[in-house]
Formats: sequence, structure tokens, C-alpha cells
Amino acid sequence: MARQRSIRSVPMWLRWLLPAMMLGQIAFRTMEPAPAALAAQLAPPPAINSLRLAALGEPVGFALLLTLNLQAFDTQPGISIPFSQLDYVNLVQWLDAISTLDPATSYPLLLASQVYSQVPDEAKQRAVLDFVYREFLEDPVFRWRWLAHASIIAKHRLGDPRLALRYARAIADDADDARVPSWARQMHIFLLEDLEETEAARILLGGLLTSGTVTDEHEVRFLMERLKAMESADISSKASNP
Amino acid sequence: MPKSIANQVLTPFFARTLVIARYTLIETWRNRFGLLLAGMVIAAVLASFFVRQQTITESSRSQVAFLAATLRAGSVFIVAITVIQGSVREFHDKVLELMLSLDLPRSSYLAGKFIGYACLSVACTAVVSLPLAMLADLHNVLLWAYTHLLELWIVTAFAMLCVTTFSQVASAAALVLAFYVLARSITAVQLMSQSTIAASGPATDSAAFLADAIALVLPRMDAFTQTAWLIDAPVNPMTMPGATLQTAIYVTLLLGAAMFDLHRRNF
Repeated sequence: MARQRSIRSVPMWLRWLLPAMMLGQIAFRTMEPAPAALAAQLAPPPAINSLRLAALGEPVGFALLLTLNLQAFDTQPGISIPFSQLDYVNLVQWLDAISTLDPATSYPLLLASQVYSQVPDEAKQRAVLDFVYREFLEDPVFRWRWLAHASIIAKHRLGDPRLALRYARAIADDADDARVPSWARQMHIFLLEDLEETEAARILLGGLLTSGTVTDEHEVRFLMERLKAMESADISSKASNP
Repeated sequence: MPKSIANQVLTPFFARTLVIARYTLIETWRNRFGLLLAGMVIAAVLASFFVRQQTITESSRSQVAFLAATLRAGSVFIVAITVIQGSVREFHDKVLELMLSLDLPRSSYLAGKFIGYACLSVACTAVVSLPLAMLADLHNVLLWAYTHLLELWIVTAFAMLCVTTFSQVASAAALVLAFYVLARSITAVQLMSQSTIAASGPATDSAAFLADAIALVLPRMDAFTQTAWLIDAPVNPMTMPGATLQTAIYVTLLLGAAMFDLHRRNF
């Protein structure tokens, strides 16, 4: 005897019902709006002990999931001002929590220095740069490059050369280790030069690539794209202001 | 005990136990355990590549972290469900009663089932470690795999205890899940109870005492199979003896409890 009956033993109405309902389900979901993480919906994170509990003994994997979730709160299509609606107090708390769950990761520092610092709001920029600085102090030898990014942003975006020099001097004083390239410890020198932001960023990126500090292909691609965006913005502003 | 008496008593015991172990493995294989496991591993690997594409830095690290966590949880789930489902079916189909009527010692049955599922756990660990071995340092993956195997043995023993006590899939599965979640999070629970800044008092002290008491009777599973071993600092091999001893004690305790229940059961 065969293990299963043939399809003909199923009533006709049922044979039509199943594909019809599946098509109906697909049509219903198609009509729904696409999901979007609205910036205004970023709530403060739970307490770090609650997050550790929720991690179920897998803080590294959980921190990664939290990071990817946080990344979803980026610039929405059609919104011209990046992150303007994002509550940066909550954002910094999330970055702090992720860093606490997984102290070995630099992902929150990259997000803070390269992504969330784009917001054209001085108070918000200072908040994320301050986060980068605090994290740098926890592990200067491995986190100096994020503070290097932060010092360039402080000089060219915030227009605060004193803050930029403070960050650069912190790299020289606290990251005094053979594993830190010597040019990084002399950042305060080329910050004092009259360089444009794009030029400074190009020099920094070149140094990072040459010294082998940045090897992750995704990160290299991301930083190159950032540099190209800055160069395009420079060309546009020079064309409109000859 | 004279050698001849030992041979007369112990050899049949081991022989029966190994027969039970063998048919447990065969039955599990025929129930498509291999297919289920392979499907889970393939899905986890594909998902890890998706995660890798989403990251803008530390992509390799993120992929390994996601894959290790997913494979760990997935293999624990599959092994636990396989043990529960297989054992409950034997209870309900009266297979156990048939075997006991053939003068099979109850402890031999339970030991054989555990050995069969323990061998299954070895195969499961080997399969889930393969993709990790391609992405992380082999030495660390082997140590990760070893503690994962110990973790699976503890879960297997606990699942067998639950089945012996409840003989229902839903009850046993719920209890195994609760046990696993609690064992993985008990350290965090203890830290929470100790570091509370709420007003101290009898309630807070009782909560801390209860957390510590529960921690004493649970294995600290968050110390097993840590993802950080694969991506950050290399694991200290000296943690292996502690994990091995914990597993030996706990598995013996759980199987002893299961045998206790089985011996008291009237068929």
C-alpha cells in the first residue's frame, strides 16, 4: 500500500482554497506599507543587567543584533536632514550598552564617528564625539583611530580646533605604544596645518590603509565611499561658490 | 568480585546497554535527524552571510559571532526535541514495557538510551563545528566544540529526566527550555540581585538568596561554548577540566534522578 493517497482524494474546494488563500496572503502583505524604523521611535535601552539577562550567555552575538537593529534607524528615504529626529541621548546610551556587552568590538565607535556625527547639530555631534573619547580612554591602543576620525570632525565640522587638538594630544599621550603608528601620535601636527577636511580625511585614510590598521573589506569600502561623498560635496560647493 | 561472576553479570549488562544504544541511533537516523540537522546548519550559514553583508565593519567577526550563537542554540533545540520525542513515543507505544518484559534492567535501558543520544550529540557537534572551522581558528573551534558537546550531554540527560517524569512532549519540552534558559542566564540573575540599587530590605535579600540558591543547583552554562573564544582572546585550555567535571557531576545527578523515577514507575 502506498504511504500517501493521491491528490485526487483531496476535495476540490480544498485544492482551490489553499492556493487562493496563499495568493490572498501575498496580496494583503503587498498592500501594507514597507517597514521602517522611524527615528522618533528610538527609545532608551533597558538597564545593562537586563540586557545581559536577555543575552542568555551570548553577549557578543546579542550585541551584534542590537547594533544591526540600531543601524536600521538611519537616514530615511526622502528625509533631507540626516538623524535630525534621532534622540541622541538615547542613541549614545545604546552605543554605550553595546560597547559594555561586547568590550572587544569597535562597531559602536565607527557608527559614532563616521555615521552619527553627520548630523548638522552641534550638540548632537559633541555628544557622539564625547562618547568616542570616553571609549578611547578605556582602550587607547586599539581605539585610537576612532578618536583620530573624531578630531578631524571636531576641527572641520564643529569648527572647534581646541577640541580637535585635545583629541589629537590624547592619542599622543595615552596611545603611547609601539602598536600605534607614529604618524597617528603626531596627528596634532597635521591638524595644525591649514588642510581642508577632505584632505585631512584622505591623509588619515591613507595612513590607516598603509599601516594595515584597517583590513576589513566592508570597512574599507565604507570609508572610501565616505571619502568620495566628501569629495563630491567639495566639488559641488566650489562650483556654486567660485 | 571473581572474574567469572563479573563476566556473568557485567558483560550481559553492557551488551544489552550497547544494543539499546545502537537501536537508539538507528531509530534517530531513520527519523531524518541528519536531514534536520543539515537543514539547520545550511540555514544558519546562509543567514550568517546575510548578516556579514549588513555590517560595515568587523564583518568576519560578526559572521562568526552570529553563526556560533545560532548553531549553538539550534543544535541544543534539535537534540532536545529528538530525545523527548523519541523517548515519549517509546512510552506511549509500549515499546519500553515490551523491553522490560524481556528481563531488561531498567538502568540498562536508561544507560543505553543515554549512550545512544550521547553518540548522536558527538555527531551533531562535529557537523555544527564544520562551518566554524572554516571561519575561525581551528584550535579554538575544537575547544568550543568540546564544551558544546558537554552542554548537549547535560541537555540530553535533563530531557531524559523530564520524559521519565512527565511522559508528555509539551511538558518535557517546556521544562527543558526553562532549564536551559535559566542555566544560561543564572549568572546575570545573580549579578542583578547583587547590584540592585533599589531600597535594600528583606525582599531584596530574599531575592538575592534565592538567586544564589538556584545557582548552586544549576550548571553555569554561560561559561560553556563562549562565542568570544572564537573571535577574541583565545580560550584558556585550563577551563576544560572544570567544564568536564561539572558535566560529569550533573549528568550523573540527572541520570540518577531519571533512574530513580523509572524504578519507581509501575507498568
